[in-house]
Amino acid sequence: MLSMAGVGREVEELHRRLLRARDAIDRGYAGALDVPAVAAVAHMSAAHFSRCFRDVFGETPHRYLQRRRIERSMFLLRETGRSVTEICAEVGFGSLGTFSRTFRAVVGESPSAYRRGHGPVVVPQCVQMANTRPRSSSFG
Amino acid sequence: MITKLNVTSIFVLDKDEALDFYVGKLGLEKGNDVQQGAYRWLTVRVPGGGTEIQLEEPGPPLHDDATAEQLRALIAKGAMTGLVLNTDDVRALFETLKARGFTDFTQEPTDHFYGTDMGLRDPSGNAIRILQQG
Repeated sequence: MLSMAGVGREVEELHRRLLRARDAIDRGYAGALDVPAVAAVAHMSAAHFSRCFRDVFGETPHRYLQRRRIERSMFLLRETGRSVTEICAEVGFGSLGTFSRTFRAVVGESPSAYRRGHGPVVVPQCVQMANTRPRSSSFG
Repeated sequence: MITKLNVTSIFVLDKDEALDFYVGKLGLEKGNDVQQGAYRWLTVRVPGGGTEIQLEEPGPPLHDDATAEQLRALIAKGAMTGLVLNTDDVRALFETLKARGFTDFTQEPTDHFYGTDMGLRDPSGNAIRILQQG
């Protein structure tokens, strides 16, 4: 039988592995989500990974990735002059339709309208990445 | 007036593991390492001086066992705070870390208008940013 401390260590070790996989999602947001590959980072099967990820981080890996992509697209809309189509591809959306629909659902306006209303923000990029991602509750 | 940030503190899951990372891999220097009974006061700092970074493990007598267990679970999922360090050559440090077998990068060196920085995690899961200004 495991001691209480033993159970605690198992939880820590699980969390650390899931965090490493979440970091892989953040690094690879521009590409398609390869759940088995990300799950492998956490040394898990894909199904087990998705369930554990949701338990620990409160949302599915897919939802987590979509929030990262929308945050990066908002950043690029504010900071660059690239077209919406270019930005859509750059943050990993396969179709402009999906991007526009997701963006509008989360942000409440179209990418072009968001760009008109927002300019560059003088906050370090890592701080923006960590703190200006749309909240999970803003997804339908 | 206040003249200096003297000591800051971060929680880690294991002091020896943290020391090996911060000194052996990242290149900070050991500051204080004093054993007092069951307690080990352990700090690292930027070589040559500066703010002492105290490496603390959650646990008694600072925390009861249940609180310590909650904190440790939070640290391991990256929910705590981290550090921002400066370097004179972030790309060289990136290569050095890789050569030392370190793989836990959250972002490779990336250019910004304020400099070039990269992200990584310490062995416990704390977020570390390293910035080359300019």
